[in-house]
Amino acid sequence: MRTDYDVAVVGGGLLGSAIAWGLGRLGKRVAVLDEGDITKRASRANFALVWVQSKGLGMPAYTIWTVQASQAWGRLASELKQQTGLDVSLQQNGGFHLTLGDDEFGQRAELVKRMHNQNGAADYKMEMLSASEVKKSLPLIGPEVSGGSYCPLDGHVNSLRTFRAFHTGFKAFGIDYFPEQPVSAISKSGGEFKLTTPKGELRAAKIVLAAGNANQTLAPMVGLSAPMGPTRGQIVVTERTMPFLPHPLTTIRQTDEGTVMIGDSKEDELDDRTLKHSISAVMTDRAQRMFPHLARLNVVRSWAGIRVMPQDGFPIYDQSETHPGAFVACCHSGVTLASNHAFEIARMVAQGALEPELVGAFSASRFGGAGTANNSGY
Amino acid sequence: MFKRSEQDKRPPVQIFVDGVAIAARQGDTVSAALLASSCDARRSTAVSGAPRLPYCMMGVCFDCLVTIDGVGNRQGCLVPVAEGMQVEIQKGKREIGK
Amino acid sequence: MTVAPKREDYDVVVIGAGPAGLAAAAISAEAGLSTLLLDENVGPGGQVFRAISSTPVTDRNQLGADYWVGADLVQSLRASSAEVIHRATVWSLDRNLDIAVSVGGASAFVKAKRVILATGALERPFPIPGWTLPGVMTAGAAQTMLKSSALVPDGRTVIAGQGPLLWLLAAQILRLGGRIDRILDTTERGNYIAALPHAFAFLTSPYFAKGLSMMREVKAKVQVVSGVTELAAAGDLQLANVSYVASGKRETIPADLLLLHQGVVPNVNLAMAAGVEHHWDELQLCWSPVLDASGNSSVAGIAIAGDGAGIGGANAAIVRGRIAARAAVEALAPAAVAKLASMATLRADLAKAERGRVFLDTLFRPAPQFRIPSGDTIVCRCEEVTAKDVLDSVAIGATGPNQLKAYRRTGMGPCQGRLCGLTVTELMAQARAKTPQEIGYYRLRAPVKPITLAELAAVPKSEADVKAVVRG
Repeated sequence: MRTDYDVAVVGGGLLGSAIAWGLGRLGKRVAVLDEGDITKRASRANFALVWVQSKGLGMPAYTIWTVQASQAWGRLASELKQQTGLDVSLQQNGGFHLTLGDDEFGQRAELVKRMHNQNGAADYKMEMLSASEVKKSLPLIGPEVSGGSYCPLDGHVNSLRTFRAFHTGFKAFGIDYFPEQPVSAISKSGGEFKLTTPKGELRAAKIVLAAGNANQTLAPMVGLSAPMGPTRGQIVVTERTMPFLPHPLTTIRQTDEGTVMIGDSKEDELDDRTLKHSISAVMTDRAQRMFPHLARLNVVRSWAGIRVMPQDGFPIYDQSETHPGAFVACCHSGVTLASNHAFEIARMVAQGALEPELVGAFSASRFGGAGTANNSGY
Repeated sequence: MFKRSEQDKRPPVQIFVDGVAIAARQGDTVSAALLASSCDARRSTAVSGAPRLPYCMMGVCFDCLVTIDGVGNRQGCLVPVAEGMQVEIQKGKREIGK
Repeated sequence: MTVAPKREDYDVVVIGAGPAGLAAAAISAEAGLSTLLLDENVGPGGQVFRAISSTPVTDRNQLGADYWVGADLVQSLRASSAEVIHRATVWSLDRNLDIAVSVGGASAFVKAKRVILATGALERPFPIPGWTLPGVMTAGAAQTMLKSSALVPDGRTVIAGQGPLLWLLAAQILRLGGRIDRILDTTERGNYIAALPHAFAFLTSPYFAKGLSMMREVKAKVQVVSGVTELAAAGDLQLANVSYVASGKRETIPADLLLLHQGVVPNVNLAMAAGVEHHWDELQLCWSPVLDASGNSSVAGIAIAGDGAGIGGANAAIVRGRIAARAAVEALAPAAVAKLASMATLRADLAKAERGRVFLDTLFRPAPQFRIPSGDTIVCRCEEVTAKDVLDSVAIGATGPNQLKAYRRTGMGPCQGRLCGLTVTELMAQARAKTPQEIGYYRLRAPVKPITLAELAAVPKSEADVKAVVRG
């Protein structure tokens, strides 16, 4: 194992991969330490939206950050295509959140209003549409659809292919990817970090903790904190069908391959090996009320994944004061924010400091010190 | 590809494949009836459009997918024929309304 | 018989109406336990006794005496009080022994005190170049058509592979007047030597004489090429020819139909999705559930009988079904046990039925080149992923089947890994110089067979379920 890296990224999911790829792109020597085949991987359980609407209520900086990511995604997709030949099927032609019945429509309208009141400068044109207006874009909606919100910046991507493109790009950038090497301890001495794995020790000048919910355990090793509040989500997927859904929805999207993904639940349960069919039933029932044609499609699989979720729902990007050169990054929206991670976070890590004007709001100091309790089991 | 044995005394059942009448027997599965007939039963896959015929005939391979009475992606090897059944050979992905 | 289950709770639910399931359900019901037998096929029999109640093949000699054993099992079952539902697809089983079953386009939900999984076996993948071409099928597929519809090949037909079923099928096709142009035997020459130490048990088992006479019967009528070391199917949009190498010589023969077979492996999907622990069987080269002597799995209340418990053949499956049923009776209705055959008797029966199995497993252990493909040969039929695609993914970091899905979608199609899973595990193990056990298998999930979205949507839901989804 090489031990002389500029940066070691702990975590090879979408978030760690995006940052590592971004660092490689800047010519850094990067190692990525990852777990193995069976682990709680949000990167292969996600819903693959590149999503702006309703993000950032309670934290305007998150709205701005998300809009920036959405706008940079095209550049990321084209650089990945150029480098790896892989088309990640980015589609950003606007997305919907549909409502069933008047109550849901009213609640959604209220949320849109609150977002508008808050955001000001980062107004991203989220608007409410009536059912007949929605029907112009989504002709197959059912009679129970009362309308919905629409945001022209929303889109989706093939997240598995994005993951593969990053890992393919690792090779081209000379990034070393070390799977099956979970990090059990981190220390700093003589100006470099030592990371302990079952296969030995790896040394690097800087480290980025990108281990999802496990950041909660890793961060305190280098004077950082990452209070997490993971939740479980279930997703259902159908067989491939001819294209019928021209825009992604918050809970339904048709992939470029033709399958229809239906999400998603938010549960306290944190065992990702089990499933609750009654929850899938709520999801699929709502889906067929939104698009009655879906009823006859076959469901081929359903799964549960554990969301990477900072305790207040907003991203954490932080740098250590006690261990300079140590960074932590974790957030729920690893797909949406992949472009920011590849370009912005990687750039800041490479230069050795986070820029407060861009990501200062995301410091874990907002939780009031490192001792924030979390009983999530991580 | 396959022929019927003379000892088979099961009553005939007529099904339609893309509108053309096919002689099947009571107790045949749709896939068996297709393979016993002279019709071109090759579907094309939803991924690349490659041609396929049933492979396992026991419900595990999903290469026998057909549209039966308007419902797409049925496993033809598990569905018994019925008089007047309308079978369509699938070309590519299933259509959303089917 | 395609009506929903009559009750919501059963003492015993048996899944699969092959030899093990038929035997288990009959005994469980006879002992007074409320018993439900769920089966995906139109009628009882599973694969080995397929169409036992409906086959148009009336000449009993043509299918052979071993086949008609199934009729007695069905008779015992019908004489019992077991509730039997055919065309019933179990799509979920979990640790709480909650079962979801699709019958006639609607799902029903039943709970069992004990579940006996008798989901049997499926044919081992045979990933050679061209195996997805129309005209290439499994030998089992041809046998299914023969038993249930008296259909036999009439075009230019090649049978390739190895194992007892291959010879049985060939004999049956010939007896029914079907056509076989050539048999390509892929048994590795070295296997004969490896199997020798186990020969005594086999020579004294009932399989020996039967197997020998069947091979003689076939060889008298069909050209058999042994020692085949390479095999490929080719054609433009349809099988046109089969090429092979035997004794170092390549030959290509025109063909309309190629029937492939290299043994059967446990059908693990439902058991794995229920969380049953499996281990890699180095001799049978497949995943087998970890079971105790009564067939109990690592999940309390779930027993596995038949070939799903590890390949043992039809006779062993029947006995394993009886053992699992007896264990259920012991647990749920101890007073009724006295009427049943003792465990000691059943275990002796099992030992007899399994006699010679190691010899067969060793002799018919498929060669690596027929299990582990290379280059453009398709591994995952559903998602059309090649061996090269898999190896490319390993090169950029895929460690096992589940990460491979993220890179290539292998196993994510409708067959849910049944036709690629073993190949993927062995291919990745070879590429990474690890054991199949270390590489592992796909994490399987419900629904284990596809169901319509409307069916899933109809599952009863609580207010809490709604709150977990609807969040404004």
